[in-house]
Amino acid sequence: MENIHDFYNKMEKGNIMLSFKGEVTSDLLTSILQIMESKMETLEEPPKIKKKVYNILVECLQNLYHHLDDDDFKTRVNEKSALFMIRKLDGEYSIMTGNFIASENVEMMQGRLDRINDMDKDQLKVYYKEVLNNGEMSAKGGGGLGMIDIARKSGKKLEYNFDRIDEEYSFFSLNIKVAQ
Amino acid sequence: MADLNLEGSPKTPTIEFNSGSGYLLIRGRSIPENSIEFYKSLIEALEGYNNEPQSNTKVDIQLEYFNTSSSKCILDVFKKLEAINSGNSEVVINWYYEEDDEDMLEAGEDYQAIINVPFKMIEVEEE
Repeated sequence: MENIHDFYNKMEKGNIMLSFKGEVTSDLLTSILQIMESKMETLEEPPKIKKKVYNILVECLQNLYHHLDDDDFKTRVNEKSALFMIRKLDGEYSIMTGNFIASENVEMMQGRLDRINDMDKDQLKVYYKEVLNNGEMSAKGGGGLGMIDIARKSGKKLEYNFDRIDEEYSFFSLNIKVAQ
Repeated sequence: MADLNLEGSPKTPTIEFNSGSGYLLIRGRSIPENSIEFYKSLIEALEGYNNEPQSNTKVDIQLEYFNTSSSKCILDVFKKLEAINSGNSEVVINWYYEEDDEDMLEAGEDYQAIINVPFKMIEVEEE
């Protein structure tokens, strides 16, 4: 039974406020948002931080939700699962996500993330407006705005990594820090 | 003409649209997973209203949070209002934001830059 204690210590040491591994559903999304909202309320976070964290949470969770929802993404059972964690370390919030993606999409995603990371605040604002106004709306309504919005709200560079599993699948990790 | 009265939920905003008085209110949170479906009835109501609008149309946007999929739909709503404004009605959009909520103010300014309708940015105290 020591394992549970180990898990606890790891999470405690890592300052994890909330973590979830599994399939992201609409109900789960609602619950996580409610839990985090009341946690931040209890911690008496400034409204500015509360709003930023909440907004980024919504976008991250809906990214995971829509991604898993993709009909044309041929998932094996395990690949439907995602990892989601919120950490508060030295007053700074981090939102971490991990999920499986098709290896063939890695290059395209990396290109998009690098493009966003190369931009400063003003460039992101221009880019956001451009995609908002000209971008095609996907059937789910996302239309590529999510990551730009996350970068704008976070005020920090997006940290990411792709672990290649095999020809077909890669694991995409994203760490979003919320500037104070 | 189709008026609207949608009660807010944890993921969707309150929407009031009164074609008789030329008034539209969107208030609360707009974070549904499927925004297109949610905003469809409002877009249709505004299309109908444009056939026979009031001489003045007042719009209050009091959003606390909105997700990026809603942001596209809100732009579509504003585009309908732009069409109404260039027709027979004078439209004013009041964009409310809580003091210190720079993100919400910026979001309003983003729309203001895209949409050719007078915007008023109105700061309100935090609850």
